[in-house]
Amino acid sequence: MNKFKKLLLDPIFNNNPITAQILGICSALAVTSKLETSIVMSLAVTFVLAFSSFSISLIREHIPSSIRILIEMTIIASLVIIADQVIKAFAYDVSKQLSVYVGLIITNCILMGRAEAFALKEPPVKSFMDGIGNGLGYSFVLLVVGFTRELIGSGKVLGFTVLSPATEGGWYVPNGLFLLAPSAFILIGLLIWAIRTWKPEQVEEE
Amino acid sequence: MFEHYLSLFIKSIFIENMALAFFLGMCTFLAVSKRVETATGLGIAVVVVQAITVPVNNLIYNHVLREGALAWAGLPDVNLTFLGLITYIGVIAAMVQILEMTLDKYVPALYNSLGIFLPLITVNCAILGGSLFMVERNYTFAESAVFGLGSGAGFALAIIGLAGIREKMKYSNVPAGLRGLGITFITAGLMAIAFMAFSGIQL
Repeated sequence: MNKFKKLLLDPIFNNNPITAQILGICSALAVTSKLETSIVMSLAVTFVLAFSSFSISLIREHIPSSIRILIEMTIIASLVIIADQVIKAFAYDVSKQLSVYVGLIITNCILMGRAEAFALKEPPVKSFMDGIGNGLGYSFVLLVVGFTRELIGSGKVLGFTVLSPATEGGWYVPNGLFLLAPSAFILIGLLIWAIRTWKPEQVEEE
Repeated sequence: MFEHYLSLFIKSIFIENMALAFFLGMCTFLAVSKRVETATGLGIAVVVVQAITVPVNNLIYNHVLREGALAWAGLPDVNLTFLGLITYIGVIAAMVQILEMTLDKYVPALYNSLGIFLPLITVNCAILGGSLFMVERNYTFAESAVFGLGSGAGFALAIIGLAGIREKMKYSNVPAGLRGLGITFITAGLMAIAFMAFSGIQL
């Protein structure tokens, strides 16, 4: 049982896919201007990651190593198409906002990275847990960044006004920079700084 | 007419920069930008692959996948758009493979200088993103060729710029927790702010 707990919780702080392994950064930056899109994206990535690791691990002994990347890509692409169609069917507005980024889960390096590093060597249930754990680590960064950007950028959380903005007679002057692209880079940079100050063993040597 | 293509080209390089405005290809952008030399190699590879795959995917989308596109085969009611993602990634992987073999045979010098970067490009989201944007914005064949070339050039420009800054930064005293990845993120953020100056330009 302890082994599973470690698989689930390790990727959140100790070996986070975004801040420690530098995987899957594109979507983490692009969809986080609002908390709602961050949540949908986190769910989609966690779903695809868990099931792609599970399916690749199931057939790992039958995959010839010369064409393994092609097979991994096909499995991942099929799962992403399912996620894409589900989001389009049940959350159409969000799917418009996510634009091309749901499709880009295919080239999200977390998926390939975990398939190569873990699912090809370990049994299915462990791979499934590893997929969920890494999905949680990814979601953690996305939710923190999405929450901060929406709160500071427009004074809202999930579309509800928390800090009443000055334009509607309140006191809070929204900082528009946080809705724009560059703030995501800087927020993740600061998040990495915070995590590495807390866990100094992750600091890089130059 | 020429003006329209020129402004699309400029727009895809500066205003809608793949790396700094849409955050595409970030993994390679951050990982392969330690030295200017390697960044240049990757940049050239991205331009070449992007300029080929976007128009090819445009042809496939317009003549096979789009709703009613199969009318020439006597199947006017077929809509294959849901197969888009898997088709584009297949085309990209195949194109990269063909390009690799062609370069190896005819231009070995360029092949050797690109080295490992060519296969890596298959999983670069800037390439797949280019094809997806082409579909979303309904580009014609000529427009998609210009867009492919421009967006590739924009990515190359951004990664070479970041590599230049990182080479200079070797001489600075960065706080321990920010060393490496952290300061690279913040540098890229500042570069993105600089690139936002282009966004006010109307073309």
